[in-house]
Amino acid sequence: MRIVFKTDYMQDIRPWKDGYQLSLYLILLAVVFAAPWILDVFYLGELTNVLIWAIAGMGLMVLTGHTGQASLGHAAFLAFGCYSNVILLEAGVPFILAFPLAGVITGIIGALVAIPALRLHGIYLAIFTLAMSILVDDIIVLTEPWSGGVSGKYIAGIDLFGLSIDRWGTPMLFYWLVLAVTVIVALGYINLLRSPLGRSFIAVRDSEVSAQAMGVDIARTKTISFGLSCMVTGWAGAFMGMFAGAFNNETFSVVISIELLMMIVIGGLGSIHGAFFGAIVIGFLPQFLSIAKEYVGALFGGSTVAIPGLEFGIFGMILIAFILFEPMGIYGRWLKIRTFFELFPFYRKDMFKRQKSYLKTERLR
Amino acid sequence: MDNVQLLISGLANGCVYGLIALGFVLIYKATEAVNFAQGDFMMLGAFVTIGLTNTEYMGLPFWMALPISIGIMAGLGYLLDRLVIRRMFGQSQTAVVILTIALGFVIRFVAGLIWGHEPQTLQNPLAGREISFGGLVLGMEDVAVIVVTVLLTGSLFLFFSRTKLGLAMQGASQNQLAAYYMGIPVKRVQGFIWALAGAVAAIAGILFAAKGSVDPSTGLLGIKAFAAAVIGGFGSLPGALAGGLIVGVIEPFASRYIAAGYSQIAPYALLLAVLVFRPHGLFSQVRVKKV
Repeated sequence: MRIVFKTDYMQDIRPWKDGYQLSLYLILLAVVFAAPWILDVFYLGELTNVLIWAIAGMGLMVLTGHTGQASLGHAAFLAFGCYSNVILLEAGVPFILAFPLAGVITGIIGALVAIPALRLHGIYLAIFTLAMSILVDDIIVLTEPWSGGVSGKYIAGIDLFGLSIDRWGTPMLFYWLVLAVTVIVALGYINLLRSPLGRSFIAVRDSEVSAQAMGVDIARTKTISFGLSCMVTGWAGAFMGMFAGAFNNETFSVVISIELLMMIVIGGLGSIHGAFFGAIVIGFLPQFLSIAKEYVGALFGGSTVAIPGLEFGIFGMILIAFILFEPMGIYGRWLKIRTFFELFPFYRKDMFKRQKSYLKTERLR
Repeated sequence: MDNVQLLISGLANGCVYGLIALGFVLIYKATEAVNFAQGDFMMLGAFVTIGLTNTEYMGLPFWMALPISIGIMAGLGYLLDRLVIRRMFGQSQTAVVILTIALGFVIRFVAGLIWGHEPQTLQNPLAGREISFGGLVLGMEDVAVIVVTVLLTGSLFLFFSRTKLGLAMQGASQNQLAAYYMGIPVKRVQGFIWALAGAVAAIAGILFAAKGSVDPSTGLLGIKAFAAAVIGGFGSLPGALAGGLIVGVIEPFASRYIAAGYSQIAPYALLLAVLVFRPHGLFSQVRVKKV
């Protein structure tokens, strides 16, 4: 059992609880920094993929987890980020400028989209963003002169500080680049949550009426949240383009949007950890399934069978199980386990029990 | 004359969208939840019927298979509510949305496992027959689709506005706790509505499979039906049908008169426009409560 004594008001808003927690995170950072020397090239690529998904997850987490606005259309912003990054690079803008700009452009587009979406709540917002995500496919085809349309675009390596960074040629450098952006975004996110802006996001999520009564400008808060969320998602999109190397109008389909939302739900809504846990699940599930299939195939003596759609089927089942039994996701489960050990032997079964709630219509207000 | 022909085929397509949208609206009206898996329900209903009637599967007579498959789907709807949805009682809409999207994935996977991923058609007595009517040639299936849809929407509308059970459902959706105090068995009402939605999905699936072919990804059609439900205004049964018809009619006309590439955007552009200018649909039910 560990006891944290608070002797200073700063301790309440410091990003870490105590030196112990801080040292854990520093060890984790050191391990992921050293990963290229530990892992082989294939798993390094997978880890890069996980980090990219984690950036995208953090982007959506700001909007869905902390502002309470469910978006089923974030693949659209991945696409915006990816395409604007490539188009800027092709125009001769150096990567050090093109990459941040791609995020900023996506963020501005996101904030503009938020303006009509401000009037929508709950499922209507989900539908609005879903329709947007479907439209992006057609928009990319229609804007062929810039986007390359159906034949798509390619992205070769980039130059940064005199180093040539390429997903295939120099996977270690690409991994560190992604890791650096991930850490910057995560630190920014942690600080955002400590700031008045982040607190107002959470206030809007928990109750718009109360937030308004406390003087939070709801329209402004939601617009900023959309903008920030889309900016980060745009960066993830730019990395996804560089990771894939080639992409076209079908790369960022509606399915990616849905996957992204499901990912943060599995990870745990409303926590930065959740974005990472979810990314790990979504990144390693295909590998895990193919290994499991081989194992099962060997067990029955036959060769491995290809089952189309297996991945999504399993993914759906995992998600259903989580929503039913652990609505707070993997992070929620981790929190319970940690609390159990921290309070040992005083943990009680109903400590995290949810309050009963009843639904009231949104149609009559 | 061409335009009339387009209109009729558009109406028939629109009726299928309308029927799926009807499923959305039924569940929304009674439980205030949105079932994103309704399109996949329809696909499953179509495959269950194909499995019962087609000669390569069980080969039952068509008219006998109809009530059986509708019954199976209603039972599935009830079970789904009993085993999964009921645990979500009182939770946020978004959680239910995500749950039903996941359900859709699972249903698609299971249907693919059982019936494969090849497109299949339902062998039915109406196939290939036509009616000539004042120079128009109409497929029997199209006529059947339109007639069944109108009848079904009408009877469901009467059910909700006239019967005691229908009113109880509306009450249960507006305020669960208050409805419970008034003696409405809220949970049982929910189970019933999911069964009803399953039955409607089966009917939509049968009509769809009779008109064209289905494969496991047909369920994604649900997104278009979704647009229909939103355009009509969630929560209004005639609105769902009207929305379905609008989407169905716009599609053939757009593909004929608007340049390729722009035409398939039309339904979604309409959806976005409706959401921006009339956020709660053309047949809106949102009213500000007067105190």
